[in-house]
Amino acid sequence: MKTESRLEKVLAAGHIAVTSEVGPPRGCGVEIVKEKANMIKDYVDGINITDNQTAMVRMSSIAGGVIIKQMGLDPIIQMVSRDRNRLAMQADIIGAYALGINTMLCLSGDHPKFGDHPMAKPVYDIDSVNMLKMVKDMRDESKFQGGADIKNPPKMFIGAAANPFADPFELRVARLAKKVAAGVDFIQTQCIFNMDKFEKWMEGVCDRGLHEKVHILAGITPMKSLGMARYMKNKVPGMDVPDEVIKRLEGVSKEQQPEEGIKMAIEQMERLKEVKGVAGFHIMAIEWEERVHELVEGAGLYPRPEV
Amino acid sequence: MITAEQKPLQEIIQYIAPYDKILLVGCNECVTVCAAGGRKEVGLLASALHLNSLKQGKTIDIRELTLERQCDPEYVEELAAEIKDVQAIVSMACGCGVQTVAARYKVPVFPAVNTKFMGASESQGIWAERCQGCGDCMLGITGGICPVARCSKSLLNGPCGGTSNGQCEISPDVDCAWRLIWERLVELGIQDRYEELNAAKDWRPAGGGGPRKIIREDLA
Ligand code: SF4
Ligand code: SF4
Repeated sequence: MKTESRLEKVLAAGHIAVTSEVGPPRGCGVEIVKEKANMIKDYVDGINITDNQTAMVRMSSIAGGVIIKQMGLDPIIQMVSRDRNRLAMQADIIGAYALGINTMLCLSGDHPKFGDHPMAKPVYDIDSVNMLKMVKDMRDESKFQGGADIKNPPKMFIGAAANPFADPFELRVARLAKKVAAGVDFIQTQCIFNMDKFEKWMEGVCDRGLHEKVHILAGITPMKSLGMARYMKNKVPGMDVPDEVIKRLEGVSKEQQPEEGIKMAIEQMERLKEVKGVAGFHIMAIEWEERVHELVEGAGLYPRPEV
Repeated sequence: MITAEQKPLQEIIQYIAPYDKILLVGCNECVTVCAAGGRKEVGLLASALHLNSLKQGKTIDIRELTLERQCDPEYVEELAAEIKDVQAIVSMACGCGVQTVAARYKVPVFPAVNTKFMGASESQGIWAERCQGCGDCMLGITGGICPVARCSKSLLNGPCGGTSNGQCEISPDVDCAWRLIWERLVELGIQDRYEELNAAKDWRPAGGGGPRKIIREDLA
Protein backbone atom coordinates (compact mmCIF):
# COMPACT_ATOMS: atom_id res chain seq x y z
CA MET A 1 0.00 0.00 0.00
CA LYS A 2 1.34 3.36 -0.94
CA THR A 3 -1.18 5.36 1.06
CA GLU A 4 -3.95 5.28 3.63
CA SER A 5 -6.53 5.94 0.94
CA ARG A 6 -9.75 3.98 1.29
CA LEU A 7 -10.02 3.90 -2.49
CA GLU A 8 -6.60 2.27 -2.72
CA LYS A 9 -7.64 -0.37 -0.18
CA VAL A 10 -10.85 -1.18 -2.02
CA LEU A 11 -9.04 -1.49 -5.34
CA ALA A 12 -6.15 -3.46 -3.89
CA ALA A 13 -8.63 -5.93 -2.39
CA GLY A 14 -10.00 -6.49 -5.87
CA HIS A 15 -13.44 -5.01 -5.25
CA ILE A 16 -15.25 -3.08 -7.95
CA ALA A 17 -14.74 0.46 -6.68
CA VAL A 18 -17.38 3.18 -6.84
CA THR A 19 -16.69 6.88 -6.64
CA SER A 20 -18.96 9.81 -7.25
CA GLU A 21 -18.65 13.55 -7.05
CA VAL A 22 -19.88 16.65 -5.36
CA GLY A 23 -19.64 20.05 -6.99
CA PRO A 24 -19.05 22.58 -4.20
CA PRO A 25 -21.35 25.61 -4.03
CA ARG A 26 -20.63 29.03 -5.48
CA GLY A 27 -20.65 30.47 -2.00
CA CYS A 28 -19.88 29.48 1.56
CA GLY A 29 -22.75 27.05 2.10
CA VAL A 30 -21.22 24.31 4.22
CA GLU A 31 -24.61 22.65 4.51
CA ILE A 32 -24.86 22.27 0.73
CA VAL A 33 -21.67 20.22 0.68
CA LYS A 34 -22.88 18.10 3.59
CA GLU A 35 -26.29 17.54 2.07
CA LYS A 36 -24.86 16.34 -1.23
CA ALA A 37 -22.28 14.16 0.50
CA ASN A 38 -24.94 12.64 2.73
CA MET A 39 -26.96 11.57 -0.28
CA ILE A 40 -24.15 9.43 -1.66
CA LYS A 41 -22.01 8.54 1.34
CA ASP A 42 -23.10 4.93 1.83
CA TYR A 43 -22.83 4.10 -1.84
CA VAL A 44 -19.29 5.15 -2.72
CA ASP A 45 -15.68 4.54 -1.67
CA GLY A 46 -14.62 8.09 -2.32
CA ILE A 47 -16.17 11.46 -3.13
CA ASN A 48 -14.58 13.70 -5.75
CA ILE A 49 -14.80 17.40 -5.04
CA THR A 50 -14.47 19.38 -8.23
CA ASP A 51 -12.04 22.27 -8.54
CA ASN A 52 -13.59 25.40 -10.05
CA GLN A 53 -15.51 23.14 -12.38
CA THR A 54 -16.12 24.53 -15.90
CA ALA A 55 -13.87 27.45 -14.92
CA MET A 56 -16.44 28.94 -12.55
CA VAL A 57 -15.33 30.02 -9.09
CA ARG A 58 -16.62 27.71 -6.37
CA MET A 59 -15.70 26.85 -2.82
CA SER A 60 -12.18 25.39 -3.05
CA SER A 61 -11.97 21.65 -3.49
CA ILE A 62 -9.71 21.40 -0.46
CA ALA A 63 -12.20 23.23 1.75
CA GLY A 64 -14.98 20.99 0.42
CA GLY A 65 -12.75 17.98 0.98
CA VAL A 66 -12.10 18.92 4.59
CA ILE A 67 -15.82 19.34 5.25
CA ILE A 68 -16.38 15.88 3.84
CA LYS A 69 -13.45 14.47 5.81
CA GLN A 70 -14.94 15.92 8.99
CA MET A 71 -18.09 13.94 8.25
CA GLY A 72 -15.95 10.82 8.47
CA LEU A 73 -16.04 10.25 4.70
CA ASP A 74 -13.35 9.91 2.03
CA PRO A 75 -12.78 12.95 -0.17
CA ILE A 76 -10.91 12.85 -3.47
CA ILE A 77 -9.86 16.39 -4.20
CA GLN A 78 -9.57 17.46 -7.79
CA MET A 79 -6.84 19.91 -8.71
CA VAL A 80 -6.57 21.72 -12.02
CA SER A 81 -3.33 23.17 -13.33
CA ARG A 82 -5.27 26.01 -14.90
CA ASP A 83 -5.43 28.05 -11.70
CA ARG A 84 -2.10 27.51 -9.96
CA ASN A 85 1.58 27.35 -10.70
CA ARG A 86 3.71 24.56 -9.29
CA LEU A 87 4.47 26.40 -6.05
CA ALA A 88 0.82 26.95 -5.24
CA MET A 89 -0.04 23.36 -6.16
CA GLN A 90 2.60 21.83 -3.93
CA ALA A 91 1.65 24.10 -1.05
CA ASP A 92 -1.99 23.07 -1.47
CA ILE A 93 -1.10 19.38 -1.74
CA ILE A 94 0.87 19.50 1.50
CA GLY A 95 -1.88 21.52 3.13
CA ALA A 96 -4.59 19.15 1.98
CA TYR A 97 -2.69 16.14 3.25
CA ALA A 98 -2.05 17.87 6.57
CA LEU A 99 -5.82 18.26 6.87
CA GLY A 100 -6.42 14.56 6.32
CA ILE A 101 -6.91 14.29 2.56
CA ASN A 102 -5.04 11.39 0.99
CA THR A 103 -6.54 10.98 -2.46
CA MET A 104 -6.45 13.43 -5.34
CA LEU A 105 -7.06 13.81 -9.04
CA CYS A 106 -4.69 15.74 -11.32
CA LEU A 107 -6.32 17.59 -14.21
CA SER A 108 -5.48 20.35 -16.63
CA GLY A 109 -8.97 21.86 -16.26
CA ASP A 110 -11.35 23.50 -18.69
CA HIS A 111 -10.05 26.65 -20.34
CA PRO A 112 -11.18 29.88 -18.60
CA LYS A 113 -13.01 30.74 -21.75
CA PHE A 114 -15.87 28.49 -20.61
CA GLY A 115 -16.46 30.08 -17.25
CA ASP A 116 -17.58 33.46 -16.00
CA HIS A 117 -14.03 34.81 -15.75
CA PRO A 118 -12.94 34.52 -19.38
CA MET A 119 -10.73 37.56 -18.77
CA ALA A 120 -8.59 35.65 -16.27
CA LYS A 121 -4.98 34.81 -17.04
CA PRO A 122 -4.78 31.02 -17.25
CA VAL A 123 -1.73 29.53 -15.56
CA TYR A 124 -0.97 26.10 -17.06
CA ASP A 125 2.54 26.21 -15.62
CA ILE A 126 2.70 22.42 -15.84
CA ASP A 127 0.40 19.97 -17.57
CA SER A 128 -1.51 17.11 -15.94
CA VAL A 129 1.19 14.56 -16.80
CA ASN A 130 3.89 16.58 -15.09
CA MET A 131 1.52 17.27 -12.22
CA LEU A 132 1.12 13.51 -11.69
CA LYS A 133 4.84 13.08 -11.71
CA MET A 134 5.25 15.94 -9.28
CA VAL A 135 2.78 14.42 -6.78
CA LYS A 136 4.36 10.99 -7.18
CA ASP A 137 7.87 12.37 -6.57
CA MET A 138 6.58 14.26 -3.55
CA ARG A 139 5.18 10.99 -2.18
CA ASP A 140 7.77 8.40 -3.22
CA GLU A 141 10.99 10.43 -3.36
CA SER A 142 10.12 13.06 -0.75
CA LYS A 143 11.16 15.66 -3.30
CA PHE A 144 9.64 18.95 -4.30
CA GLN A 145 9.37 19.53 -8.01
CA GLY A 146 12.30 21.92 -7.77
CA GLY A 147 14.47 19.17 -6.28
CA ALA A 148 14.59 20.05 -2.57
CA ASP A 149 13.72 17.49 0.11
CA ILE A 150 10.34 17.39 1.83
CA LYS A 151 10.43 16.58 5.52
CA ASN A 152 6.96 15.13 6.00
CA PRO A 153 5.86 14.23 2.49
CA PRO A 154 2.20 13.99 1.51
CA LYS A 155 1.21 10.38 0.80
CA MET A 156 -1.40 10.90 -1.88
CA PHE A 157 -3.18 8.20 -3.87
CA ILE A 158 -2.97 9.77 -7.30
CA GLY A 159 -5.64 9.85 -9.94
CA ALA A 160 -6.05 11.35 -13.36
CA ALA A 161 -8.69 11.58 -16.04
CA ALA A 162 -8.78 9.89 -19.42
CA ASN A 163 -11.04 10.69 -22.32
CA PRO A 164 -11.20 7.72 -24.68
CA PHE A 165 -13.47 9.69 -27.00
CA ALA A 166 -11.44 12.77 -27.84
CA ASP A 167 -9.52 12.91 -31.11
CA PRO A 168 -7.38 11.48 -32.43
CA PHE A 169 -8.63 8.12 -31.17
CA GLU A 170 -5.44 6.21 -32.08
CA LEU A 171 -3.52 8.40 -29.71
CA ARG A 172 -5.74 7.82 -26.69
CA VAL A 173 -4.10 4.62 -25.47
CA ALA A 174 -0.69 6.22 -25.88
CA ARG A 175 -1.93 9.16 -23.87
CA LEU A 176 -2.91 6.83 -21.03
CA ALA A 177 0.46 5.09 -21.28
CA LYS A 178 2.09 8.44 -20.69
CA LYS A 179 0.08 9.01 -17.54
CA VAL A 180 0.97 5.51 -16.36
CA ALA A 181 4.64 6.23 -17.00
CA ALA A 182 4.29 9.42 -14.98
CA GLY A 183 3.02 7.39 -12.02
CA VAL A 184 -0.77 7.56 -11.92
CA ASP A 185 -2.52 5.11 -9.56
CA PHE A 186 -6.10 5.32 -10.79
CA ILE A 187 -8.02 6.75 -13.71
CA GLN A 188 -11.54 8.13 -13.87
CA THR A 189 -12.73 8.26 -17.46
CA GLN A 190 -14.87 10.79 -19.23
CA CYS A 191 -18.62 9.98 -19.21
CA ILE A 192 -19.16 6.94 -21.39
CA PHE A 193 -22.07 6.91 -23.82
CA ASN A 194 -20.42 5.35 -26.84
CA MET A 195 -19.94 1.86 -25.43
CA ASP A 196 -18.38 0.35 -28.54
CA LYS A 197 -15.71 2.99 -28.70
CA PHE A 198 -14.99 2.62 -25.00
CA GLU A 199 -14.60 -1.14 -25.34
CA LYS A 200 -12.27 -0.64 -28.25
CA TRP A 201 -10.18 1.71 -26.14
CA MET A 202 -10.10 -0.78 -23.25
CA GLU A 203 -8.91 -3.46 -25.66
CA GLY A 204 -6.02 -1.24 -26.63
CA VAL A 205 -5.33 -0.55 -22.95
CA CYS A 206 -5.30 -4.28 -22.09
CA ASP A 207 -3.20 -5.18 -25.14
CA ARG A 208 -0.48 -3.03 -23.67
CA GLY A 209 -1.00 -4.38 -20.16
CA LEU A 210 -1.81 -0.91 -18.86
CA HIS A 211 -4.82 -2.22 -16.92
CA GLU A 212 -2.37 -4.06 -14.69
CA LYS A 213 -0.55 -0.88 -13.81
CA VAL A 214 -3.46 1.45 -13.20
CA HIS A 215 -7.01 1.01 -11.89
CA ILE A 216 -9.52 2.26 -14.41
CA LEU A 217 -12.86 3.55 -13.18
CA ALA A 218 -15.42 3.91 -15.96
CA GLY A 219 -17.25 7.26 -16.03
CA ILE A 220 -21.02 7.01 -15.76
CA THR A 221 -23.48 9.86 -16.17
CA PRO A 222 -27.21 9.17 -16.11
CA MET A 223 -29.18 11.30 -18.57
CA LYS A 224 -31.86 13.36 -16.87
CA SER A 225 -33.67 14.26 -20.03
CA LEU A 226 -33.54 14.37 -23.79
CA GLY A 227 -32.53 18.01 -23.52
CA MET A 228 -29.49 17.12 -21.46
CA ALA A 229 -28.48 14.39 -23.92
CA ARG A 230 -28.70 16.81 -26.83
CA TYR A 231 -26.77 19.45 -24.94
CA MET A 232 -24.01 16.98 -24.10
CA LYS A 233 -23.86 15.80 -27.67
CA ASN A 234 -23.60 19.25 -29.18
CA LYS A 235 -22.15 21.60 -26.60
CA VAL A 236 -19.77 19.82 -24.25
CA PRO A 237 -16.23 19.51 -25.61
CA GLY A 238 -14.84 16.00 -25.86
CA MET A 239 -18.20 14.27 -25.27
CA ASP A 240 -19.36 11.45 -27.54
CA VAL A 241 -23.12 10.85 -27.36
CA PRO A 242 -24.23 8.44 -30.11
CA ASP A 243 -27.55 8.83 -31.88
CA GLU A 244 -28.93 5.64 -30.27
CA VAL A 245 -28.86 7.36 -26.88
CA ILE A 246 -30.79 10.33 -28.25
CA LYS A 247 -33.25 8.04 -30.05
CA ARG A 248 -33.92 5.94 -26.99
CA LEU A 249 -34.79 9.03 -24.95
CA GLU A 250 -36.92 10.38 -27.80
CA GLY A 251 -38.83 7.12 -27.63
CA VAL A 252 -40.28 7.78 -24.16
CA SER A 253 -42.47 10.55 -22.77
CA LYS A 254 -40.89 13.57 -21.11
CA GLU A 255 -41.98 12.33 -17.67
CA GLN A 256 -40.43 8.94 -18.33
CA GLN A 257 -37.06 10.30 -19.50
CA PRO A 258 -35.39 10.45 -16.06
CA GLU A 259 -36.35 6.82 -15.36
CA GLU A 260 -35.11 5.79 -18.78
CA GLY A 261 -31.85 7.64 -18.12
CA ILE A 262 -31.31 5.74 -14.87
CA LYS A 263 -32.20 2.46 -16.55
CA MET A 264 -29.73 3.10 -19.35
CA ALA A 265 -26.95 3.90 -16.88
CA ILE A 266 -27.56 0.69 -14.95
CA GLU A 267 -27.52 -1.35 -18.15
CA GLN A 268 -24.24 0.31 -19.06
CA MET A 269 -22.74 -0.54 -15.70
CA GLU A 270 -23.83 -4.17 -16.05
CA ARG A 271 -22.16 -4.35 -19.45
CA LEU A 272 -19.02 -2.56 -18.28
CA LYS A 273 -18.60 -4.90 -15.31
CA GLU A 274 -17.80 -7.58 -17.88
CA VAL A 275 -15.22 -5.52 -19.74
CA LYS A 276 -11.66 -6.62 -19.07
CA GLY A 277 -9.67 -3.96 -17.26
CA VAL A 278 -12.58 -2.03 -15.75
CA ALA A 279 -11.87 -1.82 -12.03
CA GLY A 280 -14.83 0.29 -10.97
CA PHE A 281 -17.12 3.19 -11.69
CA HIS A 282 -17.00 6.92 -11.31
CA ILE A 283 -20.53 8.27 -11.25
CA MET A 284 -20.87 11.88 -12.32
CA ALA A 285 -24.49 12.63 -11.55
CA ILE A 286 -24.20 16.39 -12.19
CA GLU A 287 -26.64 17.89 -9.64
CA TRP A 288 -28.54 14.63 -9.41
CA GLU A 289 -26.81 13.21 -6.35
CA GLU A 290 -30.11 11.95 -4.93
CA ARG A 291 -30.29 9.27 -7.62
CA VAL A 292 -26.74 7.89 -7.29
CA HIS A 293 -27.87 5.20 -4.85
CA GLU A 294 -30.24 3.78 -7.48
CA LEU A 295 -27.36 3.22 -9.89
CA VAL A 296 -25.17 1.58 -7.27
CA GLU A 297 -28.00 -0.66 -6.05
CA GLY A 298 -29.24 -1.33 -9.56
CA ALA A 299 -25.82 -2.51 -10.67
CA GLY A 300 -25.57 -4.81 -7.64
CA LEU A 301 -22.76 -2.84 -6.02
CA TYR A 302 -24.44 -2.18 -2.70
CA PRO A 303 -23.46 -2.50 0.10
CA ARG A 304 -19.95 -1.17 -0.31
CA PRO A 305 -17.20 -3.42 1.04
CA GLU A 306 -15.63 -2.91 4.47
CA VAL A 307 -11.88 -2.38 4.17
CA MET B 1 7.41 38.42 -37.32
CA ILE B 2 5.79 40.70 -34.76
CA THR B 3 2.19 41.45 -35.63
CA ALA B 4 0.26 44.57 -34.77
CA GLU B 5 -3.09 46.23 -35.36
CA GLN B 6 -3.85 49.91 -35.41
CA LYS B 7 -5.45 51.27 -32.25
CA PRO B 8 -8.94 52.75 -32.43
CA LEU B 9 -8.63 56.25 -33.92
CA GLN B 10 -10.40 57.76 -30.93
CA GLU B 11 -7.70 56.53 -28.56
CA ILE B 12 -4.95 58.09 -30.68
CA ILE B 13 -6.91 61.35 -30.89
CA GLN B 14 -7.17 61.49 -27.11
CA TYR B 15 -3.42 61.00 -26.70
CA ILE B 16 -2.55 63.92 -28.96
CA ALA B 17 -5.39 66.26 -28.00
CA PRO B 18 -3.15 68.67 -26.03
CA TYR B 19 -0.62 69.06 -28.90
CA ASP B 20 -0.58 70.67 -32.29
CA LYS B 21 2.86 69.78 -33.61
CA ILE B 22 3.10 66.03 -34.04
CA LEU B 23 5.68 63.73 -35.56
CA LEU B 24 4.11 60.54 -36.89
CA VAL B 25 6.66 57.77 -37.30
CA GLY B 26 6.18 54.46 -39.09
CA CYS B 27 8.47 51.46 -39.38
CA ASN B 28 9.45 49.63 -42.51
CA GLU B 29 9.71 46.17 -40.94
CA CYS B 30 7.10 43.87 -39.38
CA VAL B 31 4.33 46.46 -39.03
CA THR B 32 4.68 47.19 -42.74
CA VAL B 33 4.25 43.54 -43.62
CA CYS B 34 1.13 43.20 -41.49
CA ALA B 35 -0.21 46.49 -42.84
CA ALA B 36 -0.40 48.20 -39.46
CA GLY B 37 2.32 50.85 -39.36
CA GLY B 38 4.26 51.22 -42.59
CA ARG B 39 4.57 54.23 -44.87
CA LYS B 40 1.10 53.72 -46.26
CA GLU B 41 -0.56 53.53 -42.85
CA VAL B 42 1.38 56.59 -41.70
CA GLY B 43 -0.17 58.53 -44.60
CA LEU B 44 -3.66 57.24 -43.86
CA LEU B 45 -3.44 57.96 -40.15
CA ALA B 46 -2.07 61.47 -40.82
CA SER B 47 -5.06 62.24 -43.08
CA ALA B 48 -7.51 60.87 -40.54
CA LEU B 49 -5.98 63.00 -37.79
CA HIS B 50 -6.01 66.08 -40.02
CA LEU B 51 -9.62 65.52 -40.89
CA ASN B 52 -10.54 65.14 -37.28
CA SER B 53 -8.80 68.35 -36.23
CA LEU B 54 -10.48 70.26 -39.07
CA LYS B 55 -13.81 69.01 -37.75
CA GLN B 56 -12.82 70.39 -34.35
CA GLY B 57 -12.09 73.71 -36.03
CA LYS B 58 -8.34 73.68 -35.52
CA THR B 59 -5.33 72.75 -37.55
CA ILE B 60 -2.49 70.54 -36.45
CA ASP B 61 0.92 70.19 -37.95
CA ILE B 62 1.69 66.50 -38.55
CA ARG B 63 5.05 65.55 -39.94
CA GLU B 64 5.24 62.06 -41.44
CA LEU B 65 8.28 59.84 -41.45
CA THR B 66 8.92 56.12 -41.78
CA LEU B 67 12.13 54.65 -40.47
CA GLU B 68 13.89 51.63 -41.86
CA ARG B 69 13.65 50.06 -38.42
CA GLN B 70 12.34 51.68 -35.28
CA CYS B 71 13.74 49.17 -32.78
CA ASP B 72 17.30 50.14 -33.66
CA PRO B 73 18.99 53.27 -32.22
CA GLU B 74 20.97 53.72 -35.40
CA TYR B 75 17.82 54.44 -37.42
CA VAL B 76 16.00 56.22 -34.61
CA GLU B 77 18.85 58.74 -34.67
CA GLU B 78 17.43 60.02 -37.97
CA LEU B 79 14.60 61.65 -36.03
CA ALA B 80 17.02 64.06 -34.32
CA ALA B 81 16.86 66.43 -37.28
CA GLU B 82 13.05 66.44 -37.26
CA ILE B 83 12.39 66.78 -33.58
CA LYS B 84 13.08 70.49 -32.89
CA ASP B 85 9.66 72.00 -32.27
CA VAL B 86 7.71 68.76 -32.18
CA GLN B 87 5.49 68.46 -29.09
CA ALA B 88 4.65 64.77 -29.34
CA ILE B 89 5.61 61.71 -31.31
CA VAL B 90 3.10 59.10 -32.42
CA SER B 91 4.81 55.83 -33.21
CA MET B 92 3.29 53.27 -35.51
CA ALA B 93 5.92 50.65 -34.71
CA CYS B 94 5.57 47.70 -32.35
CA GLY B 95 6.19 48.20 -28.64
CA CYS B 96 9.94 47.76 -29.18
CA GLY B 97 10.02 50.63 -31.64
CA VAL B 98 7.95 52.90 -29.41
CA GLN B 99 10.32 52.28 -26.50
CA THR B 100 13.47 52.80 -28.54
CA VAL B 101 12.16 56.18 -29.66
CA ALA B 102 10.99 57.11 -26.17
CA ALA B 103 14.39 56.20 -24.72
CA ARG B 104 16.17 58.55 -27.12
CA TYR B 105 14.03 61.72 -27.11
CA LYS B 106 12.63 63.91 -24.36
CA VAL B 107 9.24 64.18 -26.03
CA PRO B 108 6.09 62.24 -25.16
CA VAL B 109 5.78 59.19 -27.42
CA PHE B 110 2.38 57.57 -27.98
CA PRO B 111 1.73 54.18 -29.52
CA ALA B 112 -0.63 54.07 -32.48
CA VAL B 113 -0.77 50.29 -32.72
CA ASN B 114 -1.46 47.40 -30.41
CA THR B 115 1.42 44.95 -30.63
CA LYS B 116 -0.04 41.46 -30.84
CA PHE B 117 2.09 38.35 -31.14
CA MET B 118 4.73 36.54 -33.11
CA GLY B 119 2.90 35.19 -36.07
CA ALA B 120 3.18 33.83 -39.54
CA SER B 121 1.06 34.69 -42.53
CA GLU B 122 -1.44 31.90 -43.17
CA SER B 123 -2.81 33.47 -46.31
CA GLN B 124 -3.37 36.97 -47.67
CA GLY B 125 -4.50 39.16 -44.79
CA ILE B 126 -4.42 36.44 -42.14
CA TRP B 127 -1.72 36.17 -39.49
CA ALA B 128 -1.69 33.47 -36.84
CA GLU B 129 0.30 33.06 -33.64
CA ARG B 130 3.10 30.53 -34.00
CA CYS B 131 5.64 31.21 -31.28
CA GLN B 132 5.71 32.62 -27.76
CA GLY B 133 9.45 33.02 -27.64
CA CYS B 134 9.82 30.47 -24.85
CA GLY B 135 13.58 30.63 -25.23
CA ASP B 136 14.05 26.86 -25.39
CA CYS B 137 12.51 25.68 -28.61
CA MET B 138 10.75 22.32 -28.59
CA LEU B 139 9.87 22.15 -32.27
CA GLY B 140 12.51 19.46 -32.78
CA ILE B 141 10.50 16.97 -30.73
CA THR B 142 7.00 18.02 -31.70
CA GLY B 143 7.18 17.65 -35.44
CA GLY B 144 7.65 21.35 -36.05
CA ILE B 145 4.38 22.40 -34.42
CA CYS B 146 4.56 24.48 -31.27
CA PRO B 147 2.63 23.19 -28.24
CA VAL B 148 3.52 26.25 -26.18
CA ALA B 149 1.99 28.81 -28.51
CA ARG B 150 -0.58 26.72 -30.34
CA CYS B 151 -2.15 24.61 -27.60
CA SER B 152 -4.55 26.83 -25.65
CA LYS B 153 -3.26 25.29 -22.42
CA SER B 154 0.41 25.03 -23.47
CA LEU B 155 0.29 21.30 -22.70
CA LEU B 156 3.60 19.54 -23.30
CA ASN B 157 2.53 15.90 -23.21
CA GLY B 158 -0.43 15.52 -25.46
CA PRO B 159 -3.97 16.67 -25.92
CA CYS B 160 -6.42 17.41 -23.14
CA GLY B 161 -9.78 15.69 -23.07
CA GLY B 162 -11.50 18.61 -24.71
CA THR B 163 -10.63 18.10 -28.36
CA SER B 164 -13.70 17.83 -30.56
CA ASN B 165 -13.45 16.70 -34.16
CA GLY B 166 -9.78 17.52 -34.03
CA GLN B 167 -10.39 21.10 -33.00
CA CYS B 168 -9.45 22.82 -29.76
CA GLU B 169 -11.98 22.90 -26.95
CA ILE B 170 -11.98 26.68 -26.95
CA SER B 171 -13.40 26.94 -30.47
CA PRO B 172 -14.17 24.88 -33.57
CA ASP B 173 -12.13 27.51 -35.45
CA VAL B 174 -8.93 26.64 -33.60
CA ASP B 175 -6.93 23.57 -34.58
CA CYS B 176 -5.98 21.33 -31.66
CA ALA B 177 -2.20 21.69 -31.67
CA TRP B 178 -1.77 18.17 -30.33
CA ARG B 179 -3.93 16.70 -33.06
CA LEU B 180 -1.65 18.45 -35.54
CA ILE B 181 1.46 17.24 -33.74
CA TRP B 182 0.19 13.66 -33.66
CA GLU B 183 -0.74 13.68 -37.34
CA ARG B 184 2.64 15.07 -38.22
CA LEU B 185 4.49 12.45 -36.14
CA VAL B 186 2.43 9.72 -37.81
CA GLU B 187 3.11 11.22 -41.22
CA LEU B 188 6.83 11.14 -40.49
CA GLY B 189 6.57 7.61 -39.08
CA ILE B 190 7.94 8.66 -35.70
CA GLN B 191 4.78 8.47 -33.56
CA ASP B 192 6.69 6.48 -30.92
CA ARG B 193 8.28 9.76 -29.95
CA TYR B 194 4.95 10.86 -28.59
CA GLU B 195 5.41 8.65 -25.55
CA GLU B 196 8.62 10.28 -24.40
CA LEU B 197 7.80 12.41 -21.38
CA ASN B 198 8.45 16.09 -21.84
CA ALA B 199 9.46 17.34 -18.41
CA ALA B 200 7.82 20.33 -16.80
CA LYS B 201 9.10 23.36 -18.64
CA ASP B 202 11.69 25.74 -17.28
CA TRP B 203 9.95 29.05 -17.92
CA ARG B 204 12.95 31.19 -17.03
CA PRO B 205 14.13 31.54 -20.63
CA ALA B 206 10.50 32.31 -21.51
CA GLY B 207 10.51 35.46 -19.40
CA GLY B 208 9.79 33.85 -16.04
CA GLY B 209 13.29 34.84 -15.01
CA GLY B 210 12.75 38.55 -15.60
CA PRO B 211 13.40 40.63 -18.73
CA ARG B 212 15.51 38.76 -21.23
CA LYS B 213 18.65 39.85 -23.00
CA ILE B 214 20.96 38.40 -25.61
CA ILE B 215 24.57 39.47 -25.48
CA ARG B 216 26.83 38.56 -28.36
CA GLU B 217 30.32 39.48 -27.24
CA ASP B 218 31.63 39.10 -30.76
CA LEU B 219 29.24 41.76 -32.03
CA ALA B 220 28.95 44.05 -29.03
S1 SF4 C 1 8.74 25.94 -28.55
FE1 SF4 C 1 9.11 28.00 -27.77
S2 SF4 C 1 10.58 28.92 -29.17
FE2 SF4 C 1 9.76 27.08 -30.18
S3 SF4 C 1 8.07 27.86 -31.42
FE3 SF4 C 1 7.19 27.29 -29.44
S4 SF4 C 1 7.26 29.11 -28.16
FE4 SF4 C 1 8.57 29.46 -29.94
S1 SF4 D 1 -7.99 20.89 -27.35
FE1 SF4 D 1 -5.90 20.60 -28.06
S2 SF4 D 1 -5.10 22.68 -28.40
FE2 SF4 D 1 -6.95 22.87 -27.21
S3 SF4 D 1 -6.26 22.96 -25.11
FE3 SF4 D 1 -6.75 20.80 -25.52
S4 SF4 D 1 -4.84 19.93 -26.24
FE4 SF4 D 1 -4.58 22.14 -26.32
